Amino acid sequence: MPPAIEATGLTKTYGDVRVLDALDLHVPRGTVFALLGPNGAGKTTTVRILSTLTTPDAGHARVAGHDVVTARSRVRRAISLTGQFAAVDETQTGAENLWTAARLSGLSRPAAARRAAELLDRFGLTEAGGRLTKTYSGGMRRRLDLAAGLVRDPGATQVMFLDEPTTGLDPRSRRELWQAVRELSDAGTTVFLTTQYLEEADRLADRIAVLGLGRTLAEGTPAELKARYAAHRLDVVASDEQSYVRLTERTSPAATRDPETRTLGVPTDGSAAHVRELLDTLDPGRRDIARFGLHTATLDDVFLTLTADKEPSRV
Amino acid sequence: MSDTLTAASTLAGRGIRLSRRNLDAVITSMMLPIMLMLVFVYFFGGAIDTGTRYVTYVVPGVLVLCAGFGAASTALSVSEDMRLGVVDRFRTLDIGGTPFLAGHVAAAVTRNALSTTLVLGAAFVIGFRPSASPGGWLAAIGLLLAYITAVSWLSAAIGLVTRTAEAAGAVTFFMMFLPYPSSAFVPIETMPSWLHGFAEHQPVTPLIESMRGLLLDQPVGDSPWIALGWCAGLLTLAVTASGFLFRLRTR
Repeated sequence: MPPAIEATGLTKTYGDVRVLDALDLHVPRGTVFALLGPNGAGKTTTVRILSTLTTPDAGHARVAGHDVVTARSRVRRAISLTGQFAAVDETQTGAENLWTAARLSGLSRPAAARRAAELLDRFGLTEAGGRLTKTYSGGMRRRLDLAAGLVRDPGATQVMFLDEPTTGLDPRSRRELWQAVRELSDAGTTVFLTTQYLEEADRLADRIAVLGLGRTLAEGTPAELKARYAAHRLDVVASDEQSYVRLTERTSPAATRDPETRTLGVPTDGSAAHVRELLDTLDPGRRDIARFGLHTATLDDVFLTLTADKEPSRV
Repeated sequence: MSDTLTAASTLAGRGIRLSRRNLDAVITSMMLPIMLMLVFVYFFGGAIDTGTRYVTYVVPGVLVLCAGFGAASTALSVSEDMRLGVVDRFRTLDIGGTPFLAGHVAAAVTRNALSTTLVLGAAFVIGFRPSASPGGWLAAIGLLLAYITAVSWLSAAIGLVTRTAEAAGAVTFFMMFLPYPSSAFVPIETMPSWLHGFAEHQPVTPLIESMRGLLLDQPVGDSPWIALGWCAGLLTLAVTASGFLFRLRTR
């Protein structure tokens, strides 16, 4: 069995901006893979290339074993895509939206109606199915969009692409969507999602690639990334404004900064020796740091560490 | 091929549902030609000498204006689908540019056939009495449908390249004014001579002349063929251009 997604040297340039710069990806079947990166890192472009909507300037990609450029139709039959903006018609009902998508993917009228009803049920939209989607909440709309991507025969969708599926959703809707993604993954679908939320990648993904400047800055399991790049974070609180300024000058760009609370978060491996050394380096005069705390790092720290030095690296 | 037809008819059904629920737009596209007809018949008509009752003279032109104006709204619906990413969903379902646009055009033709019928009804109310033979009716309806199809597809092609709703709306504006420098409202002979060349040879003129002739059971000469030629030419241009533009916009 070929991997779900395999990409080598993907490059895409828009005007004189190199959005993707020789990007490599490898996603085994049945896993949840998160592409993590800030706005403009090339996440959407990657999804558009892998889902056959855009062709790369250089490099190759195979999805579900088929080339995304030379075997477009085969790839399209094996994937579904939920874009950044829910592509459902506001003035169609939920059921009509699904029916339209099901007919377009080749189902007969009765089969399309059955499929629409099944999907509404599966995504908890049966009651709302007869209402125009403009009356839906953001979360319901995303779920409908997700469902619309799955109208083919159950099991036909091997790889599901989700481009920032929870951007703009309230916490409750986000949780509902995560649940839907987990269920898809449990059913054996490979999920490829992009996100700017580290918590999301941490919760959902088996493997994460951090994307920056069109390249993979790091790749690994959430635990590996945390262990490799910032196992812990030392938060130091400055005594006053001047101290905060002095501390800021002495910290690496990888540190998190919060001027409001005069707090700096510095990556560390968490050993006593390193923490002692850090405190001495940051505050040689022993007057700038009022308090400190040690935390287990979040992916935010990994992310900041990686995007601060901008050097490509791998786990 | 049958896949393409299913896709196009599904998308046409979607387009019709969407426009049925956008009543504002449907009412506007009908009210405007009706208002224009009333303005011309009751405000200006008395001062215009066309050799017949003015309402008889003007209605064919109003029908053509209504058809063109309504068909031009295809640009907006196509442009919205492109802008909102709906087209990406269709493309990942392996729907090509042709069924996508054909769906929009079919919806536009249905919508406009309906609004044109209503405008014709309003024309009856204010005293329009056609005397067409059954064959004349069929020919007139056929010509008008051909015109709506050509303009819809042309608008769809323009909708592929306009990136805002406002820009797409400009097509409607253009289509609303195209019948003025023609024989729609006043005989061309009354216009300044430098306009004659354009007014006599622009696509709308032979269409209006044929409609007038067919509906009033008068000789039409070769204008129906010229009109049909224009429609075929414009449609060919539109289909070719839209195929190219769709590929360009979805690279």
